Amino acid sequence: MTLIKHELRQGRLSLTIWTAAVGALLVICIFLFPEMKGQMEGVNDVFASMGSFTEAFGMDRLNFGTLIGFYAVECGNVLGLGGAFFASLCAAGMLSKEEKDRTAEFLLTHPVSRRRIVTGKLVAVFVQIVVMNVIVYVISVGSIAMVGEEIPWKELNLFHLAYFLLQSELAGICFGISAFMRKGSAGAGLGIAAMMYFLNLVANITESAEFLKYITPFGYCEGADIVADGCLDGGLVVVGLVFGAIGIAVAYQQYCRKDITV
Amino acid sequence: MEAIKTENLTKHYGKARGIEQISLTVEEGEFFGFIGPNGAGKSTTIRTLLGLISPTGGQAAVLGFDIVKEKEKILAGTGYLPSEAMFHPGMRVREVLKLSADLRKKDCRKAAVSLCERLQLDTSRKVDELSFGNRKKVAIVCALQHDPRLLVLDEPTSGLDPLMQKAFFEILRERHEKGTTVFLSSHILSEIQHNCSRAAIIREGRILVCDSVEALSQSNARRVTVHGSVELEGLPGVRDRKESEGVISFLYSGDMKALLRMLAAGDVSDLSVSEPDLEEIFMHYYEK
Repeated sequence: MTLIKHELRQGRLSLTIWTAAVGALLVICIFLFPEMKGQMEGVNDVFASMGSFTEAFGMDRLNFGTLIGFYAVECGNVLGLGGAFFASLCAAGMLSKEEKDRTAEFLLTHPVSRRRIVTGKLVAVFVQIVVMNVIVYVISVGSIAMVGEEIPWKELNLFHLAYFLLQSELAGICFGISAFMRKGSAGAGLGIAAMMYFLNLVANITESAEFLKYITPFGYCEGADIVADGCLDGGLVVVGLVFGAIGIAVAYQQYCRKDITV
Repeated sequence: MEAIKTENLTKHYGKARGIEQISLTVEEGEFFGFIGPNGAGKSTTIRTLLGLISPTGGQAAVLGFDIVKEKEKILAGTGYLPSEAMFHPGMRVREVLKLSADLRKKDCRKAAVSLCERLQLDTSRKVDELSFGNRKKVAIVCALQHDPRLLVLDEPTSGLDPLMQKAFFEILRERHEKGTTVFLSSHILSEIQHNCSRAAIIREGRILVCDSVEALSQSNARRVTVHGSVELEGLPGVRDRKESEGVISFLYSGDMKALLRMLAAGDVSDLSVSEPDLEEIFMHYYEK
């Protein structure tokens, strides 16, 4: 518990900034919707005729004139990228920062097993992700209510669940990578999140690259699929969670036997 | 009971040397010195004993616990002062001290207040703003506040001013008198000579010698200073020879009769033969 509290205290500034940034962008997007709704017939035609670009963002299957269609594309990208960057950064730095900042010698010469240290840090990562998602969810619901739109509870809950799972998966993978790294964890975290995002765009554009949806967690966050199916793709979610679990298992395996040579 | 016991303890970093077959015994209650220059393997030995790195070979026990299987028990009874203390950014000194105590599940407030007073450490300051010496003081309090059975100190006085060094060694001596074992790693030989009862000298990852500081200082080698001229060529056992303005000084560990014959054949106006200090002993072992 001591270590979890310590990590949460260490990460509070980053959590505050990322949550405020993602929350503010969501508020701006939602508050733009009423104004844009009236112009959507023309806009829909424009978006539908942009070829691969349209498909990449799933705009060929979503109606921008509805709140959920607009939310899936605009807010989905904000929450998807913002959440993914935060979760990846947070997890990628969690283990490696002790060696990078040369604090490992202080922490690891206290009578706390490496296993407990990994567990404490992992819990701290997930607590931060949960806190961010809860706050962002409340901001979204509040903003939709404030602009006078009916809240599409089912789709909204599914979107936010999908993005929470995406962040959890990326956090698990990056946590595993963090156990091997001493420096450059921020670059690795951001790089993985960005790569996953672009893999999904590629998978949306080309049918032959659709298998990429099994690699990138953005595959099960596709707004058009969630709206059409009314549920998440269970197969993709399970594959994603397995990737995340492997990352966490690797983190335990590596960090518990790692030589600390700061 | 042995506070530290190692048998052929070895650590390699890939193909690079770390430490090689270190065998040491430090009895409980001892004030033990560990001498060697930078890169000799002092910190590697300490980090292996504290479980920060895993040994490649051999075995070791600290406070009777195995260094691989019972790391947490060792760390619970040990206070460690690293050569370069770093703390988590943004924390105040008092938060670092509390974190350290909480990780040990101990209430160390009373001891922390007393140590901070003696070391003149302001607990309200942020650790990021502290000088190297003040960070060292924070690390000293962290190492001592839980009243450990064993203190492992790696270059403890670097960064401390002479007054603080004095205060620090006073605290160490008090703890030692109460039964705490002190393992002092340093390249400052006077620290070892003034405080330790036994010491080991490490060179290129291997222990060269381990004995009482008194015995180390009274080794066969003698510092010989000759005023005048004398022919020493071909005399075995002459080391660290220095010549200036008619004065020849050297460490001698050979046959004394052979030296006297050489001196008698020379033109000697004055002569002194003295026990070398620990620094000279150290050089003696390092030049072998």
